[in-house]
Amino acid sequence: MLRRWLSALILSLLAWAACGQGLLPVPALSGHVVDQTATLSDAQRQALEGRLAGFESSNGAQVVVLLVATTQPEDIASYANRVGNAWKIGRKGIGDGLLLIVAKNDHKLRIEVAKSLEGAIPDLAAKQIIDSALTPRFKQGDYAGGIDAGVDQILALIKGEALPSPNVSGSANAGAAGDLFEWQNLLVFLFFGVLLGGRIARSLLGNKLGALLTGVIVGVIVKLATTSLLIGVVAAIVATVFTLVSNLARGGGGGGTFGGGGWDSGSSGGGGGFSSGGGGDFGGGGASGDW
Amino acid sequence: MKNWVLAVLAALMLSGCGYNDFQRLDEQAKSAWSEVLNQYQRRADLVPNIVATVKGEANFEQETLTKVVEARAKATSIQVSPETLNNPEAFQKFQAAQGELSGALSRLMAVSERYPDLKANKGFSDLRVQLEGTENRITVARNRYIQSVQDYNVLARSFPSNLTAMVFGYQPKPAFAVQNEAAISTPPVVDFNKK
Repeated sequence: MLRRWLSALILSLLAWAACGQGLLPVPALSGHVVDQTATLSDAQRQALEGRLAGFESSNGAQVVVLLVATTQPEDIASYANRVGNAWKIGRKGIGDGLLLIVAKNDHKLRIEVAKSLEGAIPDLAAKQIIDSALTPRFKQGDYAGGIDAGVDQILALIKGEALPSPNVSGSANAGAAGDLFEWQNLLVFLFFGVLLGGRIARSLLGNKLGALLTGVIVGVIVKLATTSLLIGVVAAIVATVFTLVSNLARGGGGGGTFGGGGWDSGSSGGGGGFSSGGGGDFGGGGASGDW
Repeated sequence: MKNWVLAVLAALMLSGCGYNDFQRLDEQAKSAWSEVLNQYQRRADLVPNIVATVKGEANFEQETLTKVVEARAKATSIQVSPETLNNPEAFQKFQAAQGELSGALSRLMAVSERYPDLKANKGFSDLRVQLEGTENRITVARNRYIQSVQDYNVLARSFPSNLTAMVFGYQPKPAFAVQNEAAISTPPVVDFNKK
């Protein structure tokens, strides 16, 4: 039994490792301009960063420029989509994000448009920006100038779209509240489940075995709910101990400590001045080009 | 009083056994599937324009053009609904038809490279961009469908929610079969199917 669980665990770990094999990792979102190729000079980068940050504070939409050496083995469209959906740039509830990706060594570039901006910048417009502003300058090696001109046109198009003004922050807290509700559900269920199930299991299987079984079941449930093995194990131990102890204490206090080890493990992202709005949904819109 | 407690317990048990998760993931898979259909429809709507433009080119390869027209007719003649998802045979048929259209279109685009007039035609290059965007969206929609089906199937097969699936008769959903398509459409750049 134990061996089967163990082999299942190892198998799933292997599958997880194989899944991400070969693809480029998504770069860290450090600002409006992420330059992995050191193509832009510091002054150019800061000027562009300032423009895009200013645009975000005045219009709300998040436009990010990413320069990478290559997107191999993926093509630029699927890489851009993967990065866009990992970063989720665009305000929460509005999703107005746009990604300009330049793969320098591949000589390919792409404007990846989030779904909410597909009306402002349809594929044809994106293609036109690439053909008229970006590639002619890229051909001459003028990357900064090309990106500047391209960003000009992109920002102009986004300005033409009636988006909510930036101080209306949409339903920024909706997601967090939903999460909390799920957690409460689980907590309530575990509380009653352990009280009741633990008692039944103990009367059927005896003190130690019953407590152990309760612990294992709780562990599995928590593992499924949180998809974290560590939290599952912690919860299992807590539940086992609780069931054992509640025999002596007759269901006394201390029940509220379930899964206590896991609560603080929530996402603690952010940091720095710029962070993604987390609302962008990239459905493959935009256009690619090469030079 | 006792009944009430039992009802609450049953509700808690059901949500603990993943019943609610099944409903949520089922809806998610359905909406992902609708998005796939949506994008296929968008492509089907685009094809007549492409065909009309290409027809203007005097001596364009008729065979390639006919294949596109036929494949589109075939793909749009298949009725699909959310229930298609629970019918592997219909799902296969739909996939085969769409795959045929993908193949015919990519061949048309490859062939069109040989016609300088067509390449210089603004309308045609616009259509090209739109077709490319649509193909990208189809890829994304398909990926999302595959992902949501995976979530659903994992839930339907893993313990303890597989017991819930057994009790309520939830079947794993079909995902896209790639090899089927690869046999029909031979992309001009890379040949995965060399025999």
